[in-house]
Amino acid sequence: MSELIDVVLTVNGVPRPLSIPARRLLSDCLRHDLRLTGTHVGCEHGVCGACTVLVDGLPMRSCLLLAVSVEGNDITTVEGLAEPDGALSAVQQAFRDCHGLQCGFCTPGFLTTVTAGLRDNPDPDEQQARDMIGGNLCRCTGYQNIVRAVLRAAELAR
Amino acid sequence: MKPAPFDYRRPEQVDSAVEVLGTLGSGAKVLAGGQSLIPLVSMRLAHPSALVDINRLRELDYVRVDGDVVRIGALARHARVLADPAAGAAQPLLRQALRLVAHATIRNRGTTVGSIVHADPAGEMTAVLALLGGSLRVRSSRGERNVTAGELFLGPLESDVRDDELAVEAALPVLPPSSGTAFVEVSRRAGDYAVCGVAAFVRLKDDGAVAAARCAYLSVAPTPLVLELTDQAADPRAAGEAARAQVQPEADLHASADYRRALAGVLTERALTQALAAARASGAAAA
Ligand SMILES: Cc1cc2nc3c(=O)[nH]c(=O)nc-3n(C[C@H](O)[C@H](O)[C@H](O)COP(=O)(O)OP(=O)(O)OC[C@H]3O[C@@H](n4cnc5c(N)ncnc54)[C@H](O)[C@@H]3O)c2cc1C
Ligand code: FES
Ligand code: FES
Repeated sequence: MSELIDVVLTVNGVPRPLSIPARRLLSDCLRHDLRLTGTHVGCEHGVCGACTVLVDGLPMRSCLLLAVSVEGNDITTVEGLAEPDGALSAVQQAFRDCHGLQCGFCTPGFLTTVTAGLRDNPDPDEQQARDMIGGNLCRCTGYQNIVRAVLRAAELAR
Repeated sequence: MKPAPFDYRRPEQVDSAVEVLGTLGSGAKVLAGGQSLIPLVSMRLAHPSALVDINRLRELDYVRVDGDVVRIGALARHARVLADPAAGAAQPLLRQALRLVAHATIRNRGTTVGSIVHADPAGEMTAVLALLGGSLRVRSSRGERNVTAGELFLGPLESDVRDDELAVEAALPVLPPSSGTAFVEVSRRAGDYAVCGVAAFVRLKDDGAVAAARCAYLSVAPTPLVLELTDQAADPRAAGEAARAQVQPEADLHASADYRRALAGVLTERALTQALAAARASGAAAA
């Protein structure tokens, strides 16, 4: 039943061999097994968006995925968003510039979601920026600065 | 909370998935997108002895228009179905409904067939299947069968898909000529399950009179409720009154029964108004 399964997960471009039980959620696997604690866990049932990671470039809730189920997919966490030299990505820079975070708990989920969102729509208007983050909760900022950060990130990327 | 231990299988082919389901016996569950099942397992509201992960069954990752039927394979994610231009053109209700299913992030993983099997009375796709009279094809080691929308929904979160069965495809009729559809709903926040929602279908005769009209309802009954409104539809306000008199919703955390009943009336009026306009436009385009 709780036997361990050998898998190789590709996280931020690096193959990571693991021996994990089937019931391990991807969020827990990232945080506990791989010590990538940038991915945050809020609600653990798909509602808050804090745990959002990119799977083959698409945002998904890591708390709603079994780690064993995403073997063979490319997983990108918030740790994988910066440039190879450590410089912040346009989205990260914009969140910093616009004060798009306060406590920072929700931020990893926003950064991954917006990174993918701007790839689909590089030039959002304000309503589209709001729609882009509609599935992520933030209890601090009141969202205004996050919306500004989305628009600013689009500008920076141009 | 974390899921309790379970046996895990990840077949690569439909045939082996069906075989595995046949040998595991009761207590095994299919894992599709997991966007409904994983929360239930994590909160220990569901206790599957085994999960059969179908995310490797590439053969089921399709959406196609096949004559007068739109076919959706069991691995087609909501996002993929929503973005399919041919399916969207053949049956506009698909897009109208899918854009209301959860958030984009959930739609990237959740499957359309999974949401139908899940049979949530608040799920948009259950209402679509019921309204259009679609069906589900299910396979097991005992053979294959077709379950119509009328037979499928047994109760809240209960569909007529047995433990050893794999749903392989949902089929929906394409939109007939001189017809229109609409989907409207009210939810607390964008992407949340609807407090109430209405899907409408209208078909017109050559002279512009209503030939058929019906609406399907979210969150007002244990299974998707469909009301026949052909006689009232020419006057959407009257149809709304008729709907309000017929639904018997229950109160919960999100809304009182009275508020839901009021919404059912108002949303029926709005949905039928939009569907009528779409049907007239489609009739005019054909003429
Ligand atoms: C925050 C959030 C908001 C949501 N909001 C909405 C919403 O507004 N509207 C809505 O409709 N849905 C909503 N959902 C649910 C979402 O649409 C799910 O994708 C869907 O309900 C189930 O699809 P799935 O592929 O994820 O199925 P799973 O979660 O994998 O499975 C659900 C059930 O169906 C069974 N099953 C799935 N596929 C098959 C198959 N091929 N054969 C046999 N059995 C099968 C499983 O065994 C399980 O019992 C929401 C989910 C979340 C997390
Ligand atoms: S922790 Fe995954 S969505 Fe809240
Ligand atoms: S910054 Fe605190 S929750 Fe968003």
